[in-house]
Amino acid sequence: MLRLLRLVRVMFCALVLGSASGAGAEVAVNIHYLKQIVPAPPTLSNLDPIPEDLGLRGAELGLEDNITTGRFLGQSYSLTVTEVAEDQDFAEVTRAALAETGLLVLDAPLAQVLAAADLPEAAEALLFNAGAADMALRSAQCRARVLHTLPSYAMKADALMQFFVTRRWDEIALIAGDRPEDQAWANTLETSARKFGLDFGARKTWAFDADMRRNASQEVPLFTQDLGDYDVLLVADAADDFARYISFNTWRPRPVAGSEGLRPVTWHRVVEAWGAAQLQSRFEELANRPMQDRDYAAWAAVRAIGEAVTRTGAADAETLRDYMLSDAFELAGFKGRPLTFRSWNGQLRQPIPLVHERALVAQAPLEGFLHQRTELDTLGLDQPESDCTAFEN
Amino acid sequence: MKLPILTTLTAALMCSAAWADEIWVTNEKDDTISVIDIETLEVVRTIDTGERPRGITFSKDFSVVYICASDSDAVQVMDPDTGEILHDLPSGEDPEQFVLHPDNRHLYIANEDDAITTVVDTETRTVVAQIDVGIEPEGMAVSPDGKIAITTSETTSMAHWIDTETQELFANTLVDSRPRHAEFVKDGTELWVSSEIGGTITVFDVATQTEKAKIDFEVANIHPDRVQPVGFEFTTGYTHAFVALGPSNHVAVVNAETYEVEEYILVGRRVWHMDFNRDRTQLFTTNGVSGDVTVIDVASRKPIKSIKVGRFPWGAAFRPTD
Repeated sequence: MLRLLRLVRVMFCALVLGSASGAGAEVAVNIHYLKQIVPAPPTLSNLDPIPEDLGLRGAELGLEDNITTGRFLGQSYSLTVTEVAEDQDFAEVTRAALAETGLLVLDAPLAQVLAAADLPEAAEALLFNAGAADMALRSAQCRARVLHTLPSYAMKADALMQFFVTRRWDEIALIAGDRPEDQAWANTLETSARKFGLDFGARKTWAFDADMRRNASQEVPLFTQDLGDYDVLLVADAADDFARYISFNTWRPRPVAGSEGLRPVTWHRVVEAWGAAQLQSRFEELANRPMQDRDYAAWAAVRAIGEAVTRTGAADAETLRDYMLSDAFELAGFKGRPLTFRSWNGQLRQPIPLVHERALVAQAPLEGFLHQRTELDTLGLDQPESDCTAFEN
Repeated sequence: MKLPILTTLTAALMCSAAWADEIWVTNEKDDTISVIDIETLEVVRTIDTGERPRGITFSKDFSVVYICASDSDAVQVMDPDTGEILHDLPSGEDPEQFVLHPDNRHLYIANEDDAITTVVDTETRTVVAQIDVGIEPEGMAVSPDGKIAITTSETTSMAHWIDTETQELFANTLVDSRPRHAEFVKDGTELWVSSEIGGTITVFDVATQTEKAKIDFEVANIHPDRVQPVGFEFTTGYTHAFVALGPSNHVAVVNAETYEVEEYILVGRRVWHMDFNRDRTQLFTTNGVSGDVTVIDVASRKPIKSIKVGRFPWGAAFRPTD
């Protein structure tokens, strides 16, 4: 498979209806969406396969939204899509993309995002990270030209902890998978629990390889028996491998949260308020499936570009980046508040829905968690917590 | 003092010969209308509607009431005396909000899911025109002379200006994020558009379609992100606007000459829309999340009562009963 999978879909709209006023003039905006194909690790259940077009459909919906707005202003948008095969060099593909446009949306793991951002050609481009939740990208390994529309693990962990504090579920136990991503997510949860003053107790690693569909009822009670007492059990299972078998099988009857049970998400089909129902139905119509986290992150990236183009009338990466990082920028993201970018690390501030499969439970930031700037900054790396310096100057 | 209660009972029983004016409230998640008796400030009738009723407006002579039944994809025409649905109008998909033209005949309907404004002739019950607008059209207004119709689109963040002769757009003007409601004021010389996420009201000069003023809101101890202007209505003579501020749970009183906010009034949770009584001395606001209606005394600018209605009250419309 030394083959570059390159799909190019160009949508173009030059139709101008009525007279255009506001930030008008003819502007053509090309956005390139690059997705690194990452094979999913084997999981115990195949009940919820990861859609192959995850992320991509969000970018396409964002493009449609931009085109509809642009046609009243003489502004046109196009989207180029490239899927990078597993053994392909992501940086080289990015280099080729940068020769055509300075506006990229990346759906890729941390290493690929860094490789792309460190290309000399990217020095004046604007890259959106819509696929990597790693805290390092928002801290010591941040890059000045990379903005993040996907929330970090820290934002999600903080959202959960605010809920526990509110409900006075003070004592926490945790089980995590043995993959590096599981441990990273578990570490983030533990750090967050301590930050919010919760009592973090036992932590165990799930290292079984049994087929839990058959004997979860026998294994999980035993496995959780020595966790001691706790109010809520956190499960850190980034690949969605074993988490689904934990609920109702714990030794003590306790709620489960994290990768199962009560989950902090970027987006989920149960999110309905604040006009979200409209976004959901437009997405369903386009993709024939519910919108997920990375769809939302890609949508938000393309829409952020659209919003900045609408307001500035410009299409160059420099002007758009300056505008997005200014106080004037705000994105209507169907989460009940305007979304803005953090000036110190380029993270898109956003509420985090806490959901179970059937309903929205709460949306963080929860009432009572205050911040001098905005309550949204009670989630994730606040300015003093981030080691990012690339945005200073 | 048992007499008023008896009167209410009698009125409720007689139903078709109601004696007091009413406020009609659509309950988005109950598929009903709650009818509030303005004298007793109580719900005297609950009427079934189609699915997810939102926009509500009476014909100019109050002989029928039009209801946007969004999830039924219909505008329903109801006899307000009997509560009977007379017929549906073709409305396009997912009608959310609408406005009745001064000719008392043409409805301009925002089709939220389709990025279309549909114009319906209520007499022939046919679609006269469909106009492409921005994404998620919602706010609707018609100028008093009937020459201009406005649709605001939430995701496109624009006010679209429609020439009602040709049923075509003649201007598109940007406003702040998520415009929700539009009204022509001062004999049609000004157009006001509220922006929910932007947190502002933009005032346009209608003759030139240019921005004339922008109104900002600031509620003490509430983060600006949660101050989200939605519906608004004007007092007699357009001296003041009462503006619903969504999840800040307040209504602002804006001086319509200076564009300054004079006061904030605490109401129920996530306040949406509103309407006045006959002489505009009382204002009724729908509070979506708390499921009630707040009655505001306009002179003192104080809330005087909360009235429990159905789930997620959305639209409000005044009905005289004489």
